[in-house]
Amino acid sequence: MATLKNFWQFITDTLRIITTGSRYYYAWIGFLLLLIMIGAVAYAGQLRHGLIVTQMRDQVSWGFYIGNFTFLVGVAAAAIMLVIPAYIYDWEPIKEITILGEMLAISALIMCLGFVMVDIGRPDRFWHIMPLVGSLNWPQSMLAWDVLVLNAYLLLNWFVVTYLLFCAYTERHYVKKIVTPLVLLSIPMAVSIHTVTAYLYNGLGARPFWNSAILAPRFLASAFCSGPAILLILLQVLRKTTKLSIKDEAIFKIAELMAYTMGFNLFLTAAESFKEIYSGTEHMVYFQYLLFGLKGHNTLVPYAWASIIFGFVAFILFLVPRFRTNWVTLNIGCVLIYASVYIEKGMGLIIPGLTPDALGEIYVYTPSFTEIAVAAGIFAIGFLAFTLMLKAAVPMMLGEFTISRRRKASDQQEAERPA
Amino acid sequence: MMDQDSHQPAGSCDGTATGCSEGRREFLGAAVAAVATALTGCGKLTKEEFLQHSFRELSKDEVLSVIARLEKEYKEKYGKEVKVANTPAIPGVIFGYALDLSRCIGCRRCVHACVQENNQSRSPEVQWIRVLELDKEEGVNLQHAEHYYNPEEVPREGHFYMPVQCQQCKKPPCVKVCPVGATWREKDGIVVVDYNWCIGCRYCMAACPYGARHFNWGEPGLAAKDVNPDTHYLGNRPRPKGVVEKCTFCVQRTRKGLYPACVEICPTGSRKFGNLLDKDSEIRYVLENKRVFKLKEELNTQPNFFYFYGV
Repeated sequence: MATLKNFWQFITDTLRIITTGSRYYYAWIGFLLLLIMIGAVAYAGQLRHGLIVTQMRDQVSWGFYIGNFTFLVGVAAAAIMLVIPAYIYDWEPIKEITILGEMLAISALIMCLGFVMVDIGRPDRFWHIMPLVGSLNWPQSMLAWDVLVLNAYLLLNWFVVTYLLFCAYTERHYVKKIVTPLVLLSIPMAVSIHTVTAYLYNGLGARPFWNSAILAPRFLASAFCSGPAILLILLQVLRKTTKLSIKDEAIFKIAELMAYTMGFNLFLTAAESFKEIYSGTEHMVYFQYLLFGLKGHNTLVPYAWASIIFGFVAFILFLVPRFRTNWVTLNIGCVLIYASVYIEKGMGLIIPGLTPDALGEIYVYTPSFTEIAVAAGIFAIGFLAFTLMLKAAVPMMLGEFTISRRRKASDQQEAERPA
Repeated sequence: MMDQDSHQPAGSCDGTATGCSEGRREFLGAAVAAVATALTGCGKLTKEEFLQHSFRELSKDEVLSVIARLEKEYKEKYGKEVKVANTPAIPGVIFGYALDLSRCIGCRRCVHACVQENNQSRSPEVQWIRVLELDKEEGVNLQHAEHYYNPEEVPREGHFYMPVQCQQCKKPPCVKVCPVGATWREKDGIVVVDYNWCIGCRYCMAACPYGARHFNWGEPGLAAKDVNPDTHYLGNRPRPKGVVEKCTFCVQRTRKGLYPACVEICPTGSRKFGNLLDKDSEIRYVLENKRVFKLKEELNTQPNFFYFYGV
């Protein structure tokens, strides 16, 4: 009962903490709300007219929305990049910041579900895909699997984050017997969400570009490059703006791990490219569309090469210890690898998978204004969720905002009030 | 008998729901329906339509009341009687199709007859048959296919023509991937879609190796004068926006013993259709006496649609 009461206070205090802040905080929240509004207006138009307001058509039936979805599943999966060393090797400096990775995963998953929701033609029928209520075509459909694992992963991370913060808030040490198994479970779960998402494409014999056995490993390798890149920048921002102490050591360790995954990612990309280009079967047309252009259509070519070059330069920056311990080159590397993977796992994956289409037609797809506006809105929702979580979590983690301090403060107010 | 049922009130499906699905329905309140109405982008979604379950899970009575509701809706929308049949597969029939590539002249009459028969959206126009113009020197090489050929006269020198539509696979990848089971293979081998259950995720379109599935990107533009009132629930009834559709071998015709519209219109007799289980059928004659091939055989989709060179 007391726990329930405490939990209620935890919720109300959290609400209070996220609704008060500095001018900059309000400006940032206001900016995100503005983007969300723009996205909502664009989405309202899409609901009214149908998906015809996008540039997707029968030939290229998935585009910007699903590209972003795929990329963000990777970001969500990358939370384990921090969890693995923290818990397997019991490495304290990273352990403290694991909760940040989990919050990033939650925000990424919210965006993932948002992108799926805006992509479907009949959002009013969303309940058809809900387990038990609708009729999920499980285990046949990989999309059914994806619905299950994504939601399970979301619940798991949400529970762990809430539990850890609630413990910090009530000034109790968390129960290791609860947290450790859940965190360990999140490792295979993170691998599974990205594997299942890769299988979604991988299992389609109709699309040779996706129908490659190393697609899932490539997904994981690239996710473990881009996800931590976001975190590295974030950790530096948090160090500057809050009292949260994050050791250089932790950041450099993550950077070192990233160097390995980036090398592996480049290797896998090279392996795939070699197989396609050297054997030169008719399946090469998709690679050709991506890397060199096909029949005069070369929309993707500059992006594809930018992705490869960025990925390679970032790899060098992370590989050489002198560069990855220098803040300027480290941050340049983070931005480059993020951009590289965003292209590779977004449009660089979806579009050549569908172009040329199943009957050899080339339909040149570029996202419409509506698609970009809706996507901006969804990204803003994710950033908003992350900002609000951080706003509440940081003082709780620092022990600045706890139930006894709150009670003391309100008792003081009570006492100061004239009788 | 169906006439009688069509006079039932549209909401009667609630009363006839089975215990299990009743519970599920109650779980979803009217509030959810209201949100869902907003999500369709129009204010016309009824509670019955929103709560309607997958076609294969409906009881006989529920199907009849759904059909009654649809017929009423179509009458309001198009101002004429539209019949929605629910004819099941005929026992002992599996439909097969064969297309003679040496006779086809690429006139696209099949494409347009199909659109008229099957109530496709005219604007934007949805076509279930795509005729490819191929180079004689290349053979069946889709990377050399011309989709939008438009000469004064067909056939063009040096070319041959290959119409592609749903191949009604025995192992349809589209059915396998559908997350909600809104598409399936009927007993007579026809792959159908429940337009009232499809969520419009388009995974089936990514999975189909034949480009046979089409999406209603916008509100289907079908004028009242163009409506073919002789429809089937799983076939050519007018579709809503945001769902996938495809060739059904004209299920509304073929289950009554008629030829599909594309077979009937073909001026060269390139299109052969019949019961694969009937030894005396024309389709069996083709399989026996011509050498046939399947499109993208290596994918093991096992089409019931065959191509052959008849001359």
